[in-house]
Formats: sequence, structure tokens, C-alpha cells
Amino acid sequence: MKALSLAGRNLKEVYREIAVIPLSVGQPVVFLLLFNYFSKSDPAAPDIFRIDMLVPGIILLSLGFITLFSALFLARDRQSAFLTRLLAAPLTPSDFILAYIIPYILIAILQTVACFIMALVLGMSFHAGILLSFIVFIPLAIICIALGMILGSLFSENVAPGIGSIAIMVMTLLGGVWMDLSWVGGWFERIAYILPFAHGLDAARVLIGGGAVSSIGSELIWILGYMIVFISLGILSFRWKTKP
Amino acid sequence: MKGENGNLVSAVEINNLSRRFGKHLLAVDNLNLSIKRGEIFALLGPNGAGKTTTIKMLCCLLRPSSGNATVMGKDILQAPQAVKQVINVSPQETAVARNLTALENLILMGKIYGINSGKTRARAEELLEMVGLGKRSGEAVKRFSGGMLRRLSIAMALISDPCVLFLDEPTAGLDARSRKSLWELIESFRGKKTVVLTTHYLEEADALADRLAIINKGRLVALGTSEELKQKLAGMETMTIKAEDLTQKAVERLEENYPRVTLTDGKLIIEAEKLDFDTVVDCLRAEGVRIKWLSMKEPSLDEIYLKITEGGQMDESA
Ligand SMILES: Nc1ncnc2c1ncn2[C@@H]1O[C@H](COP(=O)(O)OP(=O)(O)OP(=O)(O)O)[C@@H](O)[C@H]1O
Ligand SMILES: [Mg+2]
Repeated sequence: MKALSLAGRNLKEVYREIAVIPLSVGQPVVFLLLFNYFSKSDPAAPDIFRIDMLVPGIILLSLGFITLFSALFLARDRQSAFLTRLLAAPLTPSDFILAYIIPYILIAILQTVACFIMALVLGMSFHAGILLSFIVFIPLAIICIALGMILGSLFSENVAPGIGSIAIMVMTLLGGVWMDLSWVGGWFERIAYILPFAHGLDAARVLIGGGAVSSIGSELIWILGYMIVFISLGILSFRWKTKP
Repeated sequence: MKGENGNLVSAVEINNLSRRFGKHLLAVDNLNLSIKRGEIFALLGPNGAGKTTTIKMLCCLLRPSSGNATVMGKDILQAPQAVKQVINVSPQETAVARNLTALENLILMGKIYGINSGKTRARAEELLEMVGLGKRSGEAVKRFSGGMLRRLSIAMALISDPCVLFLDEPTAGLDARSRKSLWELIESFRGKKTVVLTTHYLEEADALADRLAIINKGRLVALGTSEELKQKLAGMETMTIKAEDLTQKAVERLEENYPRVTLTDGKLIIEAEKLDFDTVVDCLRAEGVRIKWLSMKEPSLDEIYLKITEGGQMDESA
């Protein structure tokens, strides 16, 4: 209950701050339009820019921006006296964590839905796999938010956005948004498959391509494992930086 | 003081509390204090004296380096959650959620302290009236002026109806009228709530507090009611006289009675622990001096305060 009240405040702070939501929803939609235009105008464009392959990648990119936004939000809060007031209140660490995660899950869902709607407009056909893919995107979103919490706890308002941008680069490059990882191969591919993002993107592409949930079992375990680890690290770094 | 009786009457018990920052800075140095329930207590001291550090430790926001304290009988080290439930604090820097309205800020704090929505809302509206923000309750607070934010910040500390209220420089940045009405609000808690406030202004501590503690460089240097402090630390009564035909002889004659006589800018200044009006006037008249005007000043707490906190700020920059 207390966590929800605080989550409500965080959500209001986010959407009343200029442009956060238009930016985080509008941006992936524009990317989608652009890449779709490129691949249509160049018949030799690689498969990865076909709309059904592209959509999950752009969704991952937009989740990366959530890392950046949530890191910035927390870093700002940590520097404000308002957090002092909250820390003096009878709140538990889990209240804080939930309050920071919930608003961004809502934004992540909004972004993902917006991307799919755009993709449908651009000619992707609707089927159950699109809805099923949320079982991949939601844990991925939580990983990205938790990463934002880690960065926002450890770095200042000035530094966090920069590190967040690097995180977006790493996430999308090693996630296989911009190229086929098996085509790059070598150490790059090995590192990519240590991180959760490539697994997540593979799983989402399978589901969107009409594959069954049972065929992405190992990817799902990989993502859920990372989700637990990142949340724990997020809690630890928040507690470390705000402990008395 | 830690017996059952002690806990019944005392709201805050501070035992040998210290806080160190780094190797060389002892921000709070072995503080011992007992604050009674229902008391308005002022922590007075110059910049860097350790007031905020003390408040933060009592609010479980900062761990003491050594020593301990209890708030309403609850141990700040062993039971921080229980302490947090019965206190509230208005931090030194204005602490509000910027993108929320004044009313939303108050309701949020109420909910965080577990008060149900209906009750919180009614109380929030009442508090906004009390701090003079009733007409602007629906406005985003990022457009508020500094003094308005300050008043909102204090109202937010009141929403949970805490047993012990910590106000870190509540009147900093308030205009005369707001300061006066905030004083009245704080006065109204006397006997009902324990209020621990910090201030730089002796006048404020004198007017508001039942008792005050003066701290300097982390150490308690004086404690008591303002009357007690005036007596204990007895300053000098001062008489300033402007006179015509002032002769050296007249000054000497005065000096027989009061050793501290100075003559500056044609004004005669006499200082003593106890000055007798008639004695002074008779001395001067006897020498044919005509008094043009005369003023007398009681020992002021201000002087005492400045004296015992001397060097506090200078050491700070060293
Ligand atoms: N987090 C911190 N790290 C290092 N030093 C600190 C920290 N907080 C306070 N100090 C130091 O402790 C001393 C006491 O600071 P404190 O904020 O308690 O003073 P104060 O009495 O509240 O002063 P003011 O009237 O200016 O608010 C100062 O020298 C300050 O620099
Ligand atoms: Mg202070």
C-alpha cells in the first residue's frame, strides 16, 4: 500500500516532467518507421531489418532508454532532500524498490504496445505470438529498470545519463538488434550470449515468428535468472548508498 | 535517567552521542541531553555546530560513531522502524516532490505514514489553511516561492501527527509575517507534542523554546531555560550616557564605583553586573555634569550567545 502510494508519486513525477513519455513512446515508433523505410527502399537489406525481426530489436532499444531514464530519476532523487524525508519515514527497502520499478514497467508496456501497433500498421500480421512475447519483454524490462536503479544509485545526476547511454549501446549491440550475431561470431557472439539481451531477443523473435513457448525454455530461464540477479544488485546498491 | 520513570516523562534521551566525519572532524562530540515530553526544545548554534548532524542521528538517517539515544523510549540503533513511526522531520533543505501539487504532497506523506485516505485528505486541507497555502493547494509546487515551499515542507512533517517533531531551521527564509504565524503554530503544540527545532536566532529560541541548548563545535556549551541562562551566564548591564561638560574628574569618580567605564565618541559607557541608576546620576550631578540622554540595557542573551560560540565559525574554515 505504502509502496503503491510512493509508486504513484514516482509515476506523476515522471509523466509530469516534460516529454518523458512522448519521448520514450515516440522515439521507438520513429525508429521503426525509419528502418522500415530503409529496408523497403533497399532490396538487398539484411533480413534483420524485416519488420517482424526489427520490432523486437526496437523494443529492446526502447527498454534501454528506460534504463537511462530510471537511472536519471533515481540519481536526481538521491540528491534531493525529499529522499531524506522518505528515508526518515517508516518505509522498507522493498517499498522503495517497488515504487521505483512499477512506474517504469507501465511505461515499458506502453512503449511495447506502441511499437506493435506501429508494426501492425506497417504490415505485420496480428497473431497470438505478439501477446505471448510479453512474457519475454516484461522480465527484460525489469532487468533494464533494475540496471537503471543500479546506475542511479551508484552515479550522480551528471554521470548517470552518460553511463546509461553506454548501457544502451552495449545492450543493443550485444543483443543483436543491429546485426545477426551468428554472422559476427567469435568472442563477440560468446559475450553476447553470456548477457541476457541476445537470449531475450532470440526468444521474442521466435514467439513473434509463431514459435511455441516451450521452444524458448532455456532462454526464459536465462532471462529470469538475470532478472533476479539485477533486482538483488539494485536493492543492494540502493541500500548501500542510502544506509544511515 | 533510563529507568521506567525517565522514559515516561522524557521524549528524547541522548547518551554520549558522537559523530565523526573523516579523521579530524568531530561534528557531534559526546552529547548528553534529555528532552521532556510536550517540551519545545531549541538547539541553537552557529553554522557547522552539529545541529543537523544531531537531528539526523535522532531520525535514524545517520549512524552515530558512538553513543546512543532513545526517542519515546525506542532505541535509535535497535529499533529504527519504531522510532520512524512516531517522529517526523522537516529537513533543513526544503523537501518536497516538485511535480506534485501541494495537496498531493501532503496526501502522499500521510499515506506513507499509513493514515487512511479520507482522514489524510481532511487533515491535509486543514494543514494547508494553517500554513497559509489553502488557496494554492492545487498548484504544482515547482512554481512556489522559497517561503511557500518552506511552509509546505513543515506542513508535510505535521501530517502524520508525530509524537516528536524535528524541525531543522523551520523559519529560515520566511518573511516576518510567516515567521510569526509559524511561531504561533509551534506554540500551539506546547504540552501536546515534543518539538525539537534548530535555529541560528537566539531571539527565536528565547521566544519559542521551553528550554534551549547552545552547541558549538559539536559540544553542548549551555543548557536551560532562557531565564536560567541569563542568570547563569550573567552578562553585564550597560549604561550609555551622553552628557555636556564631562570632566576627567567625573569619570574618575564614577570609576571608584564601577571599574569598567569607557569614553568613546563623547559617550560614556558604564558596564557592571549590577548598575544603580541613582548612584551614577548622583556622581555626575555632583561634578556638575548635565546629562543629555541616558540608556540602560539589561544583560542580553545575545551577547552571551556570541561570547560562548566565539570562534566556532572561524575554526570551521581552518
Ligand atoms: N556528510 C558529511 N560528510 C562530512 N562532513 C559532514 C557531513 N555532514 C556534516 N558534516 C560536517 O559536520 C559539521 C556539522 O555540520 P552540521 O550540518 O551538523 O552543522 P549545523 O549545525 O547544522 O550547521 P548549519 O547551521 O550551517 O546548518 C560541519 O563541519 C560539516 O561540514
Ligand atoms: Mg544544519
